[in-house]
Amino acid sequence: MPVGAVIEFSNITKTFGPVTAVNDLSFTVQPGLVTGFLGPNGAGKTTTLRILLGLVASTQGTATFGGIRYRDLPKPLETVGAALEAASFHPGRTARNHLRVYAIAAGLPSERVMAVLEKVGLAEFADRRVGGFSLGMRQRLGLAFTLLGEPGVLVLDEPINGLDPEGIKWIRGFLRDMAAEGRTVLVSSHLLSEVQQSVDEVVIIARGSLVHRGPLSSLDAHATPHIVVDSPDREALAAALRAADVPFTTGRSGLVAVADDPARIGHIAFSAGVELSALHRRKSGLEESFLALVNGADS
Amino acid sequence: MATFIRSVSAEFAKLLTTRMWWVLALVLFGYIGLLAGGLAALFAGLQSGAIDPSAAGTGGQGAPPLGSIPPLIYSFASSVGYVFPVLLGALATTSEFRHQTLTPTFLATPRRAGVLGAKSLTLFVVGVGLGVVALLASVGIGALVMNAFGVDPLLGDGETWTLIGRTLLAMGLWAIIGVGLGALVPSQVASIVIVLAFTQFVEPLLRLASSFLDWTAQIAQFLPGAASDALVGASIFTGMNPTATAAVALDWWQGGLVLLAYAAWATAGGYFVSWKRDVT
Repeated sequence: MPVGAVIEFSNITKTFGPVTAVNDLSFTVQPGLVTGFLGPNGAGKTTTLRILLGLVASTQGTATFGGIRYRDLPKPLETVGAALEAASFHPGRTARNHLRVYAIAAGLPSERVMAVLEKVGLAEFADRRVGGFSLGMRQRLGLAFTLLGEPGVLVLDEPINGLDPEGIKWIRGFLRDMAAEGRTVLVSSHLLSEVQQSVDEVVIIARGSLVHRGPLSSLDAHATPHIVVDSPDREALAAALRAADVPFTTGRSGLVAVADDPARIGHIAFSAGVELSALHRRKSGLEESFLALVNGADS
Repeated sequence: MATFIRSVSAEFAKLLTTRMWWVLALVLFGYIGLLAGGLAALFAGLQSGAIDPSAAGTGGQGAPPLGSIPPLIYSFASSVGYVFPVLLGALATTSEFRHQTLTPTFLATPRRAGVLGAKSLTLFVVGVGLGVVALLASVGIGALVMNAFGVDPLLGDGETWTLIGRTLLAMGLWAIIGVGLGALVPSQVASIVIVLAFTQFVEPLLRLASSFLDWTAQIAQFLPGAASDALVGASIFTGMNPTATAAVALDWWQGGLVLLAYAAWATAGGYFVSWKRDVT
């Protein structure tokens, strides 16, 4: 059973000339969970992950796996499996040979190559040149690379980009399985909805800075609660809400009131003798609060 | 140490799993074979009288002195063929940048200097391999042709075998120079243009132009191609030059050291210019 290590970012800063790509970023990623690393394009996600993997040198701060920097890991591919956004393949090399090169470099047994190709569903394309692969197949080959050393930590940059619906369903199950087996799984995405069904924890950055971290459900707390309420007599309902000091806007399917509890709105309507035709909490809180957090960092 | 050996094996796997190495080897064999065979026929024909000197347009003076033909022909392997190991080395490095395979490479082996060292060693061996191919063409075909014209191909001569050994060494060193150049100029297109322009035009012209004055000839002997020819001990450039600047040439071991210095300088320079930088 692979053992997941704690990933720790402490005070990571990266500047490219006058531009600060990552600004004093600190957070930890725990094993046994899928952690979503979220933020809009250009927020600094890829730079942060490349610093974690020793590919980019941080201006300040360190990132470690169980306290050890990537470049100091005695067996890197057996500790961490990483797939980065860029398609890193020589188009003239076959999938099998691509993996074989790195299995040799890491001193892994050659059987691992076919094992991981089977795991990601590419076994029948093992001897095809990667140049002819679709984006989805390249993503799978990238995942196969991460699994070569049976690592306890997975770091995946935008792994869902370019996958078809079947592939998306597959990778969601894959991420859950990996975490359930005790691995540390860090997945970046610029869309919360893409990973919402698979992540336990979220770390949200915008403009290189941390704006939120916590369990996925913690995003709910950030969402402004909305109640959708409607009546055959909208005028009367509006008057009742105004009288009760409940702020609201007029939406397509009724009035949208800013309130926590539908029962309270129901009570206001009942007291005013207004008949209701609809009363429910508006869903979609997560994506909305994600966007609010990300955009809030702008101002 | 185990990591370094694994890196070398991985570098061999990288080279041998794409088509570039055998395409270059094939072209090298054809090119050197044609050149060595053709010029062996011309020179040996002139010397043996099978070709009328006046018909060759050399005014009856062109035939090199007896005994110098075989090393001249054999040295085509490096004096002309050296561009192939340089290209292979430059392509091996620049394709890592171009196809972003530095990412998985450095993930598997985070100690980057070791990877560059492994690549240099691997390309040295493969460069020697290209040297074998080039010599099969220059010595194999050249000797057959000279033999057919009744000129002794000197295959039993110790000096011929010394030349063959030094040619292999030169070709290996050239491949390392290519690795370093690829790291100095990671753009693949720019690298290829530099290799072709320098080896095919710039350096031959510099060597020719510098040969007319003694002080420029003193400097030009340190050009990489001149050093390589000095290491091998014979070259079409020195052999054919009417002003005979062969007098101004390094000893073979000095030529070897100069070539090694170029390889070390290019590789170390490339390490700092691109190899140790951020991989984005």
